[in-house]
Amino acid sequence: MSELPRAIELGVIGCHVCGLVCRDTGQLGMACPRCGAALNRRKKASISRTWALLITAFILYIPANLLPIMRTVSVGDVDDNTILSGVVELWVNGSPSLAVIVFTASIVVPMLKFFVLGTLLVSTQRGSSWALLQRAKLYRLVEFIGYWSMLDVFVVALLTALVRFNILSRVEPLPGVVFFGLTVVLTMLASMSFDPRLIWDGKDNDD
Amino acid sequence: MGATPQAKWSRLLICEHCDTVHHRCNPVSGEVTRCVRCNAVLERYHSLNVDGMLAVVLTALIVFLIANVWPIVTLGLGTRQSSATLWGIIIVMWQHHSQVVSVLVAATLFFFPLGKILMAGWLLSYARGGRRAPGFRPAMVVLHYMQPWTMTEVFLLGVLVAIVKVRNYFDVMADPGIYAFAMLMMLITIFSGINLRRLWDMTPERYS
Repeated sequence: MSELPRAIELGVIGCHVCGLVCRDTGQLGMACPRCGAALNRRKKASISRTWALLITAFILYIPANLLPIMRTVSVGDVDDNTILSGVVELWVNGSPSLAVIVFTASIVVPMLKFFVLGTLLVSTQRGSSWALLQRAKLYRLVEFIGYWSMLDVFVVALLTALVRFNILSRVEPLPGVVFFGLTVVLTMLASMSFDPRLIWDGKDNDD
Repeated sequence: MGATPQAKWSRLLICEHCDTVHHRCNPVSGEVTRCVRCNAVLERYHSLNVDGMLAVVLTALIVFLIANVWPIVTLGLGTRQSSATLWGIIIVMWQHHSQVVSVLVAATLFFFPLGKILMAGWLLSYARGGRRAPGFRPAMVVLHYMQPWTMTEVFLLGVLVAIVKVRNYFDVMADPGIYAFAMLMMLITIFSGINLRRLWDMTPERYS
């Protein structure tokens, strides 16, 4: 068992911005000599920031799903779509594979993010040593797939710009899409503010 | 001896995901080194040198201009036609009381990709001669923070979904913009595989 040491044990810090290995002097307001970024052993107030962003994102996710995101008007016929009804429509209109992609991006990915980040936060706060490697991998997965949720926002934006035939046919965005866009941004910020190093820190420290 | 700590430590590499300290072992062709503790990627082999990277960036700049000037798709309804460009989308969303969406689209599909291309081009053009461009430090920091916020690949999938949604009601014609976006997506993918952090080591700081 030749375990490699961790930076915190050697008294060094890897700069979060440029990666430079710096001496940990323990002073307040340390800055990386190479890029000038503030040096911290762990991301600042990682747990509380992540909780705050995640909870806000979750609150906004409710209207994002309940409110319609898009209105289609064609010759007096008005049709409002939510995220879920948009997926159903895509399925019925003969593109089940694309419907699955949209469903994954708009519903599965955000839910997965809430679930995974919530689990990571709780287990890290307890200093749990349960499934360390799997938790680290889950975090990287969430970080990697997070921004694909923006898909529906782009679809609504493009359709609004494209379908503009006045009374014959037009598409308008509805408030749901704004809430959804904000949810995606907030979940991205939440996963960025979580510090995966904390997973490996165990019980003792939480800056 | 007499090596400064900085020089001694430059052979070390700290895993960003779990804080484990590794010795650098420059990966060879096609190789990826991973952290022994958390299995995150530490270093990747790069087949592109500075000239190669600059070529990718300059191509991306040209393609980016095409993607923004030409319309993306055109819809036909009877004799009438309607087409959309990226900036058309941004303006229309602003007018429809979705300023948040408008700003998101402008940032993730226009300003951040363009900023990334321009800054990387600027840094690389100096790095060819082993030099640091003016503003090297702030530019590297800004590039680091901009990294996760470009969404060209998501937009392209969105265009595809939008086309499928309307193809039963309108005639859909693909315009040059969509091909440019497709190409831009590939270039950005190549480019995001490049770790620009290498530039810190490739261009030694000149102490005055």
